[in-house]
Amino acid sequence: MTLAKRIIPCLDVDAGRVVKGVKFIDIRDAGDPVEIAKRYDHEGADEITFLDITASSDNRETMVHVVEQVASEVFIPLTVGGGIRKVEDIRTLLNAGADKVGINTAAVFNPEFVKQASDKVGSQCIVVAIDAKQVSSEGETKRWEIFTHGGRKPTGLDALEWAQKMQDFGAGEILLTSMDRDGTKIGFDLALTRAVSEAVGIPVIASGGVGTLAHLADGVTIGKADAVLAASIFHFGEYTIQQAKNYMAEQGIAVRL
Amino acid sequence: MSNIAIIDYGMGNLFSVTKAVEHVAGSSDKIVVTSDADKISTSDKVIFPGQGAAKDCMSALQQCDLQAAIIDAASQKPFLGICMGMQVLMQMSEENNGVDCLGMYQGSVKYFGNHLSIGSGDNSFKVPHMGWNCIEQQQRHPLWKDISESSYFYFVHSYFVSTDNENLIAGTTSYGPTFTSVIAQDNVFAMQCHPEKSAQAGLQLLKNFLNWNGSNTVN
Repeated sequence: MTLAKRIIPCLDVDAGRVVKGVKFIDIRDAGDPVEIAKRYDHEGADEITFLDITASSDNRETMVHVVEQVASEVFIPLTVGGGIRKVEDIRTLLNAGADKVGINTAAVFNPEFVKQASDKVGSQCIVVAIDAKQVSSEGETKRWEIFTHGGRKPTGLDALEWAQKMQDFGAGEILLTSMDRDGTKIGFDLALTRAVSEAVGIPVIASGGVGTLAHLADGVTIGKADAVLAASIFHFGEYTIQQAKNYMAEQGIAVRL
Repeated sequence: MSNIAIIDYGMGNLFSVTKAVEHVAGSSDKIVVTSDADKISTSDKVIFPGQGAAKDCMSALQQCDLQAAIIDAASQKPFLGICMGMQVLMQMSEENNGVDCLGMYQGSVKYFGNHLSIGSGDNSFKVPHMGWNCIEQQQRHPLWKDISESSYFYFVHSYFVSTDNENLIAGTTSYGPTFTSVIAQDNVFAMQCHPEKSAQAGLQLLKNFLNWNGSNTVN
Protein backbone atom coordinates (compact mmCIF):
# COMPACT_ATOMS: atom_id res chain seq x y z
CA MET A 1 0.00 0.00 0.00
CA THR A 2 1.17 3.45 -0.74
CA LEU A 3 0.11 7.06 -0.92
CA ALA A 4 -3.08 7.22 -2.97
CA LYS A 5 -3.49 9.46 -5.99
CA ARG A 6 -6.22 11.94 -5.20
CA ILE A 7 -9.37 12.86 -7.08
CA ILE A 8 -10.53 16.39 -6.33
CA PRO A 9 -13.83 17.84 -7.52
CA CYS A 10 -13.75 21.62 -7.87
CA LEU A 11 -16.72 23.88 -7.21
CA ASP A 12 -17.07 27.49 -8.32
CA VAL A 13 -18.76 29.57 -5.65
CA ASP A 14 -20.27 33.00 -6.25
CA ALA A 15 -21.62 34.90 -3.26
CA GLY A 16 -22.03 31.69 -1.29
CA ARG A 17 -23.72 29.65 -4.00
CA VAL A 18 -22.31 26.97 -6.26
CA VAL A 19 -22.55 28.16 -9.84
CA LYS A 20 -21.99 26.66 -13.28
CA GLY A 21 -24.83 24.35 -12.33
CA VAL A 22 -24.41 21.05 -10.62
CA LYS A 23 -26.98 18.61 -11.85
CA PHE A 24 -27.51 15.74 -9.48
CA ILE A 25 -31.01 14.44 -9.74
CA ASP A 26 -31.17 13.58 -6.07
CA ILE A 27 -29.91 16.89 -4.76
CA ARG A 28 -32.65 19.27 -3.78
CA ASP A 29 -30.65 22.44 -3.84
CA ALA A 30 -27.95 22.27 -6.50
CA GLY A 31 -26.57 25.62 -5.40
CA ASP A 32 -25.92 24.62 -1.81
CA PRO A 33 -22.18 24.07 -1.23
CA VAL A 34 -22.83 21.95 1.87
CA GLU A 35 -25.16 19.53 0.13
CA ILE A 36 -22.86 19.13 -2.85
CA ALA A 37 -19.77 18.71 -0.68
CA LYS A 38 -21.56 16.03 1.33
CA ARG A 39 -22.49 14.23 -1.83
CA TYR A 40 -18.89 14.25 -3.09
CA ASP A 41 -17.60 13.10 0.28
CA HIS A 42 -20.09 10.25 0.19
CA GLU A 43 -18.91 9.27 -3.31
CA GLY A 44 -15.34 9.11 -2.06
CA ALA A 45 -13.81 12.45 -3.06
CA ASP A 46 -10.35 12.75 -1.51
CA GLU A 47 -10.54 16.49 -1.14
CA ILE A 48 -12.79 19.32 -2.29
CA THR A 49 -11.64 22.59 -3.81
CA PHE A 50 -13.78 25.70 -3.69
CA LEU A 51 -12.98 28.48 -6.07
CA ASP A 52 -14.44 31.78 -4.92
CA ILE A 53 -15.37 33.65 -8.08
CA THR A 54 -17.24 36.38 -6.21
CA ALA A 55 -16.40 39.60 -7.98
CA SER A 56 -17.30 42.01 -5.21
CA SER A 57 -15.04 42.18 -2.19
CA ASP A 58 -18.11 42.90 -0.03
CA ASN A 59 -18.93 39.25 -0.31
CA ARG A 60 -15.59 37.94 0.98
CA GLU A 61 -17.21 37.12 4.30
CA THR A 62 -19.71 34.87 2.56
CA MET A 63 -16.99 32.42 1.52
CA VAL A 64 -15.79 32.17 5.10
CA HIS A 65 -19.29 31.15 6.18
CA VAL A 66 -19.46 28.60 3.37
CA VAL A 67 -16.20 27.05 4.54
CA GLU A 68 -17.42 26.97 8.14
CA GLN A 69 -20.65 25.25 7.18
CA VAL A 70 -18.97 22.68 4.96
CA ALA A 71 -16.18 21.98 7.47
CA SER A 72 -18.78 21.38 10.18
CA GLU A 73 -20.30 18.51 8.26
CA VAL A 74 -17.75 17.19 5.79
CA PHE A 75 -14.59 15.69 7.24
CA ILE A 76 -12.14 15.60 4.36
CA PRO A 77 -9.56 18.20 3.34
CA LEU A 78 -10.89 21.45 1.91
CA THR A 79 -9.00 23.91 -0.27
CA VAL A 80 -10.19 27.42 -0.98
CA GLY A 81 -8.89 29.65 -3.75
CA GLY A 82 -9.82 32.88 -5.42
CA GLY A 83 -8.95 36.46 -4.54
CA ILE A 84 -6.64 35.69 -1.63
CA ARG A 85 -4.22 38.59 -1.20
CA LYS A 86 -3.41 38.93 2.48
CA VAL A 87 -2.04 36.61 5.15
CA GLU A 88 -5.04 37.70 7.17
CA ASP A 89 -7.38 36.25 4.50
CA ILE A 90 -5.52 32.96 4.77
CA ARG A 91 -5.74 32.80 8.55
CA THR A 92 -9.44 33.55 8.46
CA LEU A 93 -10.10 30.72 6.01
CA LEU A 94 -7.93 28.23 7.92
CA ASN A 95 -9.66 29.13 11.17
CA ALA A 96 -12.98 28.51 9.44
CA GLY A 97 -11.93 24.93 8.70
CA ALA A 98 -10.08 25.14 5.38
CA ASP A 99 -6.94 23.02 5.20
CA LYS A 100 -5.25 24.76 2.32
CA VAL A 101 -5.60 27.97 0.38
CA GLY A 102 -4.83 28.53 -3.27
CA ILE A 103 -2.86 31.62 -4.24
CA ASN A 104 -2.85 32.56 -7.89
CA THR A 105 -2.69 36.12 -9.16
CA ALA A 106 -1.31 37.50 -5.91
CA ALA A 107 1.70 35.20 -6.29
CA VAL A 108 2.40 36.47 -9.79
CA PHE A 109 2.26 40.12 -8.80
CA ASN A 110 3.98 39.64 -5.47
CA PRO A 111 5.95 36.37 -5.14
CA GLU A 112 7.10 37.43 -1.67
CA PHE A 113 3.51 36.95 -0.54
CA VAL A 114 3.93 33.19 -0.96
CA LYS A 115 7.01 33.34 1.25
CA GLN A 116 5.26 35.41 3.92
CA ALA A 117 2.23 33.16 3.84
CA SER A 118 4.15 29.89 4.11
CA ASP A 119 6.32 31.30 6.91
CA LYS A 120 3.20 32.19 8.85
CA VAL A 121 0.94 29.20 8.29
CA GLY A 122 3.30 26.51 6.98
CA SER A 123 3.95 25.26 3.46
CA GLN A 124 1.43 22.47 3.81
CA CYS A 125 -1.38 25.04 3.75
CA ILE A 126 -0.18 26.90 0.66
CA VAL A 127 -1.19 25.79 -2.82
CA VAL A 128 0.12 27.95 -5.61
CA ALA A 129 -2.23 27.90 -8.59
CA ILE A 130 -0.49 28.19 -11.93
CA ASP A 131 -2.37 29.00 -15.13
CA ALA A 132 -0.11 28.06 -18.02
CA LYS A 133 -0.41 28.28 -21.78
CA GLN A 134 1.84 26.84 -24.44
CA VAL A 135 3.83 29.59 -26.16
CA SER A 136 6.17 27.52 -28.35
CA SER A 137 5.20 26.82 -31.92
CA GLU A 138 4.93 23.38 -33.40
CA GLY A 139 8.32 21.77 -33.94
CA GLU A 140 10.00 23.89 -31.26
CA THR A 141 10.91 22.60 -27.84
CA LYS A 142 7.73 22.96 -25.81
CA ARG A 143 7.51 26.00 -23.59
CA TRP A 144 4.71 27.28 -21.44
CA GLU A 145 4.14 30.68 -19.91
CA ILE A 146 2.12 31.89 -16.95
CA PHE A 147 -1.02 33.81 -17.86
CA THR A 148 -3.32 35.83 -15.64
CA HIS A 149 -6.87 37.13 -16.02
CA GLY A 150 -8.37 33.84 -17.07
CA GLY A 151 -5.67 33.18 -19.64
CA ARG A 152 -5.82 36.57 -21.35
CA LYS A 153 -2.72 38.32 -20.04
CA PRO A 154 0.76 36.87 -20.59
CA THR A 155 3.33 37.53 -17.88
CA GLY A 156 6.51 36.43 -19.64
CA LEU A 157 7.16 33.96 -16.81
CA ASP A 158 8.24 30.46 -17.85
CA ALA A 159 5.94 27.89 -16.26
CA LEU A 160 8.65 25.44 -15.17
CA GLU A 161 10.90 28.12 -13.72
CA TRP A 162 7.91 29.67 -11.99
CA ALA A 163 6.87 26.36 -10.44
CA GLN A 164 10.38 25.84 -9.09
CA LYS A 165 10.49 29.40 -7.77
CA MET A 166 7.17 28.92 -5.99
CA GLN A 167 8.49 25.73 -4.43
CA ASP A 168 11.57 27.62 -3.21
CA PHE A 169 9.29 30.34 -1.85
CA GLY A 170 7.43 27.82 0.26
CA ALA A 171 4.54 26.48 -1.82
CA GLY A 172 3.46 23.08 -0.47
CA GLU A 173 1.65 22.07 -3.62
CA ILE A 174 1.07 23.24 -7.19
CA LEU A 175 -2.37 23.38 -8.79
CA LEU A 176 -1.52 23.36 -12.47
CA THR A 177 -4.15 24.43 -15.00
CA SER A 178 -3.61 24.34 -18.72
CA MET A 179 -5.39 27.37 -20.12
CA ASP A 180 -5.25 25.75 -23.57
CA ARG A 181 -7.26 22.80 -22.30
CA ASP A 182 -9.52 24.34 -19.67
CA GLY A 183 -13.14 23.73 -20.66
CA THR A 184 -12.25 21.70 -23.78
CA LYS A 185 -12.86 18.19 -22.43
CA ILE A 186 -10.06 16.82 -24.64
CA GLY A 187 -7.80 15.87 -21.74
CA PHE A 188 -5.00 17.41 -19.69
CA ASP A 189 -1.96 18.95 -21.35
CA LEU A 190 0.10 15.90 -20.40
CA ALA A 191 3.42 17.28 -21.60
CA LEU A 192 2.95 20.35 -19.40
CA THR A 193 1.78 18.27 -16.43
CA ARG A 194 4.72 15.92 -16.67
CA ALA A 195 7.25 18.71 -17.18
CA VAL A 196 6.07 20.58 -14.09
CA SER A 197 5.68 17.44 -12.00
CA GLU A 198 9.25 16.42 -12.80
CA ALA A 199 10.57 19.91 -12.18
CA VAL A 200 9.43 20.11 -8.55
CA GLY A 201 9.59 17.96 -5.44
CA ILE A 202 6.19 19.00 -4.13
CA PRO A 203 2.85 17.46 -5.16
CA VAL A 204 1.24 18.62 -8.40
CA ILE A 205 -2.51 18.65 -9.06
CA ALA A 206 -3.39 18.45 -12.75
CA SER A 207 -6.32 20.54 -13.95
CA GLY A 208 -7.97 21.66 -17.15
CA GLY A 209 -9.50 19.59 -19.90
CA VAL A 210 -10.92 16.45 -18.32
CA GLY A 211 -13.70 14.88 -20.37
CA THR A 212 -13.35 11.16 -19.70
CA LEU A 213 -12.15 8.79 -17.00
CA ALA A 214 -9.19 7.88 -19.18
CA HIS A 215 -8.11 11.51 -19.05
CA LEU A 216 -7.95 11.35 -15.27
CA ALA A 217 -5.84 8.20 -15.35
CA ASP A 218 -3.53 9.66 -18.02
CA GLY A 219 -2.88 12.67 -15.78
CA VAL A 220 -1.37 10.31 -13.23
CA THR A 221 0.28 7.66 -15.39
CA ILE A 222 1.60 9.87 -18.20
CA GLY A 223 1.47 13.32 -16.61
CA LYS A 224 2.94 12.05 -13.29
CA ALA A 225 0.48 14.17 -11.35
CA ASP A 226 -0.13 13.41 -7.67
CA ALA A 227 -3.77 14.42 -7.87
CA VAL A 228 -6.31 15.22 -10.55
CA LEU A 229 -8.92 17.94 -10.39
CA ALA A 230 -12.09 18.12 -12.44
CA ALA A 231 -15.36 19.98 -12.38
CA SER A 232 -17.89 19.39 -15.09
CA ILE A 233 -17.61 15.61 -15.55
CA PHE A 234 -18.61 15.19 -11.92
CA HIS A 235 -21.07 18.06 -11.63
CA PHE A 236 -23.28 16.93 -14.45
CA GLY A 237 -23.40 13.37 -13.24
CA GLU A 238 -21.56 12.05 -16.29
CA TYR A 239 -19.39 10.08 -13.92
CA THR A 240 -19.34 9.63 -10.18
CA ILE A 241 -16.14 9.93 -8.18
CA GLN A 242 -16.57 6.25 -7.34
CA GLN A 243 -16.59 5.32 -11.04
CA ALA A 244 -13.49 7.43 -11.58
CA LYS A 245 -11.71 5.66 -8.73
CA ASN A 246 -12.73 2.22 -9.90
CA TYR A 247 -11.43 3.03 -13.35
CA MET A 248 -8.14 4.30 -12.01
CA ALA A 249 -7.76 1.25 -9.79
CA GLU A 250 -8.27 -0.96 -12.86
CA GLN A 251 -5.38 0.89 -14.48
CA GLY A 252 -3.19 -0.07 -11.54
CA ILE A 253 -3.27 3.36 -9.89
CA ALA A 254 -3.35 3.44 -6.09
CA VAL A 255 -6.60 5.11 -5.02
CA ARG A 256 -8.58 5.20 -1.80
CA LEU A 257 -11.58 3.00 -2.43
CA MET B 1 -20.96 11.33 29.63
CA SER B 2 -17.52 12.81 29.68
CA ASN B 3 -15.70 16.11 29.66
CA ILE B 4 -13.34 16.27 26.72
CA ALA B 5 -10.64 18.92 26.65
CA ILE B 6 -9.13 19.90 23.31
CA ILE B 7 -5.87 21.64 24.08
CA ASP B 8 -5.48 25.05 22.47
CA TYR B 9 -1.97 26.44 22.61
CA GLY B 10 -2.26 28.70 19.60
CA MET B 11 -0.79 26.22 17.12
CA GLY B 12 -3.27 26.12 14.36
CA ASN B 13 -6.71 25.32 13.44
CA LEU B 14 -8.91 23.60 16.00
CA PHE B 15 -12.15 24.22 14.15
CA SER B 16 -12.07 20.94 12.25
CA VAL B 17 -10.97 18.84 15.20
CA THR B 18 -13.70 20.34 17.36
CA LYS B 19 -16.40 19.89 14.73
CA ALA B 20 -15.41 16.30 14.04
CA VAL B 21 -15.43 15.45 17.76
CA GLU B 22 -18.80 17.17 18.16
CA HIS B 23 -20.06 15.19 15.19
CA VAL B 24 -19.42 11.85 16.91
CA ALA B 25 -20.02 12.94 20.52
CA GLY B 26 -23.07 11.98 22.50
CA SER B 27 -25.48 14.67 23.62
CA SER B 28 -24.17 14.50 27.19
CA ASP B 29 -20.50 14.83 26.25
CA LYS B 30 -19.05 18.22 27.01
CA ILE B 31 -16.33 19.45 24.69
CA VAL B 32 -14.16 22.34 25.73
CA VAL B 33 -11.38 23.97 23.71
CA THR B 34 -8.97 25.31 26.28
CA SER B 35 -5.51 26.55 27.15
CA ASP B 36 -6.29 26.40 30.86
CA ALA B 37 -4.26 23.81 32.79
CA ASP B 38 -7.00 23.48 35.40
CA LYS B 39 -9.62 22.63 32.81
CA ILE B 40 -7.27 20.04 31.33
CA SER B 41 -6.68 18.48 34.71
CA THR B 42 -10.40 18.28 35.56
CA SER B 43 -11.38 16.83 32.17
CA ASP B 44 -12.00 13.12 31.63
CA LYS B 45 -10.28 12.88 28.29
CA VAL B 46 -7.75 14.99 26.46
CA ILE B 47 -7.14 15.64 22.78
CA PHE B 48 -3.79 17.18 21.94
CA PRO B 49 -3.66 18.44 18.34
CA GLY B 50 -0.98 20.56 16.76
CA GLN B 51 0.37 21.94 13.53
CA GLY B 52 3.37 23.88 12.43
CA ALA B 53 7.02 23.59 13.35
CA ALA B 54 8.36 21.69 16.37
CA LYS B 55 10.17 24.72 17.76
CA ASP B 56 7.06 26.90 17.61
CA CYS B 57 4.97 24.15 19.20
CA MET B 58 7.36 23.67 22.08
CA SER B 59 7.68 27.39 22.75
CA ALA B 60 3.90 27.83 22.54
CA LEU B 61 3.51 25.07 25.15
CA GLN B 62 6.04 26.83 27.35
CA GLN B 63 4.36 30.19 26.93
CA CYS B 64 0.97 28.73 27.83
CA ASP B 65 2.66 26.90 30.70
CA LEU B 66 1.01 23.66 29.63
CA GLN B 67 3.87 21.15 29.63
CA ALA B 68 3.18 19.84 33.12
CA ALA B 69 -0.57 19.64 32.49
CA ILE B 70 -0.03 17.67 29.29
CA ILE B 71 2.43 15.22 30.81
CA ASP B 72 0.11 14.84 33.77
CA ALA B 73 -2.91 14.12 31.54
CA ALA B 74 -0.94 11.74 29.36
CA SER B 75 0.10 9.75 32.39
CA GLN B 76 -3.42 9.07 33.66
CA LYS B 77 -6.41 9.70 31.38
CA PRO B 78 -7.45 8.79 27.85
CA PHE B 79 -5.19 10.95 25.72
CA LEU B 80 -5.21 11.38 21.94
CA GLY B 81 -2.30 13.10 20.21
CA ILE B 82 -2.75 14.27 16.63
CA CYS B 83 0.03 15.22 14.18
CA MET B 84 2.41 17.54 16.09
CA GLY B 85 0.57 16.34 19.18
CA MET B 86 2.17 12.95 18.50
CA GLN B 87 5.62 14.24 17.54
CA VAL B 88 6.20 16.41 20.61
CA LEU B 89 5.60 13.42 22.93
CA MET B 90 8.96 12.05 21.79
CA GLN B 91 12.42 12.95 23.10
CA MET B 92 13.48 15.30 20.35
CA SER B 93 12.78 16.47 16.79
CA GLU B 94 15.28 17.05 14.00
CA GLU B 95 13.21 20.04 12.87
CA ASN B 96 14.59 23.58 13.31
CA ASN B 97 18.15 22.21 13.84
CA GLY B 98 17.03 20.06 16.75
CA VAL B 99 14.34 20.73 19.33
CA ASP B 100 13.92 19.06 22.71
CA CYS B 101 10.39 17.72 23.02
CA LEU B 102 8.32 16.48 25.98
CA GLY B 103 10.30 13.24 26.21
CA MET B 104 7.47 10.98 27.27
CA TYR B 105 8.59 8.25 24.90
CA GLN B 106 11.90 6.99 23.70
CA GLY B 107 12.45 8.01 20.10
CA SER B 108 12.89 11.01 17.86
CA VAL B 109 11.26 12.84 14.99
CA LYS B 110 13.09 12.71 11.66
CA TYR B 111 12.90 14.51 8.32
CA PHE B 112 11.62 12.47 5.36
CA GLY B 113 14.03 14.23 3.03
CA ASN B 114 17.00 12.60 4.78
CA HIS B 115 15.57 9.12 4.28
CA LEU B 116 14.19 9.10 0.77
CA SER B 117 15.09 10.77 -2.47
CA ILE B 118 12.87 13.72 -3.17
CA GLY B 119 11.52 14.16 -6.66
CA SER B 120 9.03 12.66 -9.04
CA GLY B 121 10.93 9.72 -10.56
CA ASP B 122 9.72 6.19 -9.98
CA ASN B 123 11.92 5.66 -6.92
CA SER B 124 11.59 9.12 -5.48
CA PHE B 125 9.06 10.73 -3.22
CA LYS B 126 7.57 14.13 -2.69
CA VAL B 127 7.80 15.95 0.61
CA PRO B 128 5.52 16.82 2.38
CA HIS B 129 3.91 13.39 2.52
CA MET B 130 0.48 14.75 1.66
CA GLY B 131 -2.69 12.81 1.04
CA TRP B 132 -4.34 9.52 1.86
CA ASN B 133 -2.20 6.60 2.93
CA CYS B 134 -2.85 3.29 4.68
CA ILE B 135 -2.26 2.46 8.30
CA GLU B 136 -1.26 -1.12 9.05
CA GLN B 137 -2.42 -1.90 12.58
CA GLN B 138 0.44 -3.26 14.69
CA GLN B 139 -1.45 -3.75 17.96
CA ARG B 140 -4.89 -4.85 18.87
CA HIS B 141 -6.35 -1.74 20.42
CA PRO B 142 -9.82 -0.48 21.37
CA LEU B 143 -9.28 2.56 19.12
CA TRP B 144 -9.07 0.31 16.05
CA LYS B 145 -12.57 -1.02 16.70
CA ASP B 146 -14.58 -1.23 13.43
CA ILE B 147 -11.68 0.18 11.42
CA SER B 148 -10.38 -2.30 8.90
CA GLU B 149 -6.74 -3.16 8.44
CA SER B 150 -5.00 -0.92 5.87
CA SER B 151 -7.64 1.80 6.10
CA TYR B 152 -6.76 5.08 4.46
CA PHE B 153 -6.18 8.15 6.62
CA TYR B 154 -5.24 11.70 5.65
CA PHE B 155 -1.63 12.74 6.24
CA VAL B 156 0.23 15.98 5.76
CA HIS B 157 3.72 16.15 7.25
CA SER B 158 7.42 16.29 6.44
CA TYR B 159 8.73 14.74 9.67
CA PHE B 160 7.97 11.33 11.16
CA VAL B 161 8.37 9.53 14.47
CA SER B 162 11.11 6.95 14.77
CA THR B 163 11.37 4.69 17.81
CA ASP B 164 13.21 1.51 18.76
CA ASN B 165 10.54 0.63 21.30
CA GLU B 166 8.46 -1.82 19.30
CA ASN B 167 5.85 -2.12 22.03
CA LEU B 168 4.99 1.51 21.43
CA ILE B 169 4.14 1.05 17.74
CA ALA B 170 0.40 0.73 17.10
CA GLY B 171 0.37 1.53 13.40
CA THR B 172 2.77 1.83 10.50
CA THR B 173 2.57 3.47 7.09
CA SER B 174 4.68 3.00 4.04
CA TYR B 175 6.18 6.03 2.35
CA GLY B 176 9.56 5.07 1.07
CA PRO B 177 10.59 3.30 4.22
CA THR B 178 7.83 2.18 6.55
CA PHE B 179 7.43 4.65 9.38
CA THR B 180 5.61 4.67 12.70
CA SER B 181 2.34 6.47 12.06
CA VAL B 182 0.63 5.56 15.35
CA ILE B 183 1.94 4.98 18.85
CA ALA B 184 0.00 3.66 21.82
CA GLN B 185 0.88 2.85 25.40
CA ASP B 186 -1.43 2.54 28.37
CA ASN B 187 -3.88 5.47 28.20
CA VAL B 188 -2.11 7.27 25.34
CA PHE B 189 -2.85 6.90 21.64
CA ALA B 190 -1.19 9.25 19.19
CA MET B 191 -1.26 9.42 15.42
CA GLN B 192 0.55 11.33 12.71
CA CYS B 193 -2.49 11.55 10.45
CA HIS B 194 -5.55 13.75 10.88
CA PRO B 195 -8.59 11.71 11.95
CA GLU B 196 -10.69 14.89 11.73
CA LYS B 197 -10.01 14.96 7.97
CA SER B 198 -10.06 11.22 7.32
CA ALA B 199 -13.72 10.76 6.41
CA GLN B 200 -15.44 7.68 7.86
CA ALA B 201 -12.34 5.94 9.21
CA GLY B 202 -11.30 9.09 11.06
CA LEU B 203 -14.74 9.69 12.54
CA GLN B 204 -14.86 6.08 13.70
CA LEU B 205 -11.52 6.50 15.43
CA LEU B 206 -12.68 9.65 17.21
CA LYS B 207 -15.84 7.85 18.24
CA ASN B 208 -13.76 4.98 19.61
CA PHE B 209 -11.70 7.50 21.56
CA LEU B 210 -14.81 9.00 23.14
CA ASN B 211 -15.88 5.49 24.17
CA TRP B 212 -12.45 4.55 25.47
CA ASN B 213 -11.75 3.98 29.16
CA GLY B 214 -8.01 4.34 28.70
CA SER B 215 -7.15 0.68 28.98
CA ASN B 216 -5.49 -0.86 25.96
CA THR B 217 -6.91 -4.33 26.37
CA VAL B 218 -9.38 -5.34 23.70
CA ASN B 219 -12.51 -7.00 25.01
